[in-house]
Amino acid sequence: MIQAHDSLIVLILGRGLIPVTQLFGLYVLFSGQQGPGGGFVGGVILATSMLLSLLIFGTDASQSRLAHRALHGDGVGLLLFVFVGGLCLIGGGEVLNYAALEIPGLDVAARRYLGIVLTQIGVALDVAVTGVSIVFSLSASNGDSHA
Amino acid sequence: MTFAFEIPLLVLLILTAASAMLVKDLVSSVFILGSYSFFLALVWAWLGAVDVAFVEAVVGAGLATVLFLLTLFGTNPKDTRLRRPPTPWAAIVGLPLLGLLLMYGANGLPEFGDPASPASTHVSPVYLANSLKDTLTPNVVTSVLMDYRSFDTLIETAVIFTAGVACALLLRRDQG
Repeated sequence: MIQAHDSLIVLILGRGLIPVTQLFGLYVLFSGQQGPGGGFVGGVILATSMLLSLLIFGTDASQSRLAHRALHGDGVGLLLFVFVGGLCLIGGGEVLNYAALEIPGLDVAARRYLGIVLTQIGVALDVAVTGVSIVFSLSASNGDSHA
Repeated sequence: MTFAFEIPLLVLLILTAASAMLVKDLVSSVFILGSYSFFLALVWAWLGAVDVAFVEAVVGAGLATVLFLLTLFGTNPKDTRLRRPPTPWAAIVGLPLLGLLLMYGANGLPEFGDPASPASTHVSPVYLANSLKDTLTPNVVTSVLMDYRSFDTLIETAVIFTAGVACALLLRRDQG
């Protein structure tokens, strides 16, 4: 259980910082094929943006409802990763051989691009949800020890 | 290579690492550890490992600090029973000897950036030469992580998922 911060400066700074952090996380996630970045870092930055709202506005605030919703996505990222691997298997290739991704009307380059993007999104979802979930677990145990 | 920037960076790295261990207050220790991660990220960027620097800055200086702090707030912050035991004489004699041994062993390591070192002659040239042709992805790190070694990444993702589930099982026992 985390209470809202009582400083006006922190509240207003958080309101401005959180959307920028989310946007930067998405940019890092989708620019992983051209430069440094990728699923893991993008997921951690997305998790950090949700943690900022949890730490600044408290766990029960309406600003933190995205983090609460993220908790229901536990395992979705891993499933997406395995699903892409299975699609490649259906397309006649090895598991996670993106050239065999079973999507009609795409050439090999687009298939490889799509395969890497989808698996990166899977990794990012998994990492972001796990980060938020661990923080919720830690704050839940804090509430027990002080109650 | 200019040393005007790198030498203070390495000195700050060692200073923050030592003070994170020596400082008495655990909350200060966590923040010093965060700044240590930040300096380490700069060192990674200096060595050319930009992806590792990115992860170190975000995870080490950001996420790990929050997790450490939440763990600290869950414990009693005024625990006065925390005492450092006196250093045993075996450590005073043995650790410098171990350091000397490691320095002696470091002489046999290949030079930094040596093209003939084992790490850069085994599979790295194959990846560097073929990754754009094979995977059609400009970033070699991403093509190794997500295409050549995508099974590794899949299992890593499963490990992260397991860590989250294990934390929830251990810490959220009393809740619905």
